[in-house]
Amino acid sequence: MADPIHQFEIKKIATLGHVGGVEIAFTNSAAFMFAAVMLIAGGILLATVSRNPVPGRYRSAVEIIYEFVADMVRQGAGEAGMRFFPLVFTLFSFILVLNLFGMIPGFFTVTSHIIIAVALALIVFTTVIGYGFKQHGLHFLKLFVPSGIPIYILPLVVLIEVISFLSRPLSHSVRLFANMLAGHITLKVFAGFIGMLATGLGVFGFVVGLLPLGMTVALTALELLVAVLQAYVFAMLTCIYLNDALHPGH
Amino acid sequence: MAAATTGAHSGAHGGPKGVFPPFNRETFGSQLLWFAIAFAALYLLLARVALPRLAAIIEARRARVDEDIEEAGKLKAKSEAAIEAYEKALAEARAKAQVIAAEARRELMGKAEERKKKLEAALAAKLAEAERQIEATKAAAMTHVRAIAAEAAGAIVEELVGKAPGKAAIDRAVDAALH
Amino acid sequence: MDPVIGKYIGAGLACIGMGGAGVGVGNIFAHYLAAALRNPSAADGQFARLIFGFAVTEALAIFSLLIALLLLFAV
Repeated sequence: MADPIHQFEIKKIATLGHVGGVEIAFTNSAAFMFAAVMLIAGGILLATVSRNPVPGRYRSAVEIIYEFVADMVRQGAGEAGMRFFPLVFTLFSFILVLNLFGMIPGFFTVTSHIIIAVALALIVFTTVIGYGFKQHGLHFLKLFVPSGIPIYILPLVVLIEVISFLSRPLSHSVRLFANMLAGHITLKVFAGFIGMLATGLGVFGFVVGLLPLGMTVALTALELLVAVLQAYVFAMLTCIYLNDALHPGH
Repeated sequence: MAAATTGAHSGAHGGPKGVFPPFNRETFGSQLLWFAIAFAALYLLLARVALPRLAAIIEARRARVDEDIEEAGKLKAKSEAAIEAYEKALAEARAKAQVIAAEARRELMGKAEERKKKLEAALAAKLAEAERQIEATKAAAMTHVRAIAAEAAGAIVEELVGKAPGKAAIDRAVDAALH
Repeated sequence: MDPVIGKYIGAGLACIGMGGAGVGVGNIFAHYLAAALRNPSAADGQFARLIFGFAVTEALAIFSLLIALLLLFAV
């Protein structure tokens, strides 16, 4: 049976050089990231070649995604949140395309690596903290002090708020990476059963192998849903967190 | 069961090989580097070029649609004003027509009345004339009757008596008989 | 006793946590459906929140699965 872990291995495509004894290599992960960048940026630029106000079929699709993200930002962070629209759109499109790349057999799933998910979450987290302190100064700390709480349980509430705030980047990143990782492993395991049954049980195995085959097809559909959903959830939570930076104090 | 099978398998094969790739610290540096480059490139491309272009197109369309709607609203108001003016003119014209019709009717009725009166007068005159004529004719006839009666009386007396009476006697006798 | 056995037992125990998340996800959809049948006109507007709640709850199950996978493959 194929090793379900093998798909996550990072391979060197070309060694670019050495900096301080550390090898700098162009990897399959980097190749897919740049492919996603080119696909997203090229896709939108291609849609704006024609400036005709009446959109064609292709630009309509691009505009639907644009409006979808814009609505998400407006709903989550209000009209003032539109200053972060490019960031949210970049996060959403980047994660979405990388997740969907992962669904193509043989492709590498960049978002299934924890370091990428952590980096994405830290971008959001540092943006929230940086903007919050820059805009509101120490008033930003009101975020941890909900109003209308009796003084004797206030320390406890503040503690809980601080912990929940600090655990956000953790849950934000682990949710994305774990969903992608677990989904791909499950998919590979069920797909592996087909081969195992076919080689191990002969003709009977081919018949029984139809069961995991159907399961694999169903899981593929589920994973497609999860790929889109995780990008959506990541972007939406980003909006909600940014809302804290824009309007601290409940 | 799936996990257990895989686990057993991987424990036998991939286990000793070592690190789970997503947790392999050796790759973290390179991944972060490429991620930073790719994400920064994508962010700059989108924020500086692609999204403003798309936003400009959408904004232009929205502005144009709003403009068109406004234009349509203006035209609608205009046409409504025109309809109102037309209806007003129509009502005015109708009122005028009624006045004219009433006047004409009155005029015609007056004329007819006049003509009727004239006609009646003419008829009355004719009637009077005719009556006068009848009267005259009657009077004439009466005088004729007297002459005839006198002649006839003379002739009769001549036949009976054999001698024509005097004219004065006949006239006397006729007058006495007639009155 | 082979210490590797503990790894597998731990992975199995970690999967129990997914049951709780399963209950949670079922709760979310059950309440959404119940509310949607009471007021169908308001249901579409809450779809985003439904999906959001589903994703957040489902993430907990994924955390359990992650622990199991870590025990199996990474430890």
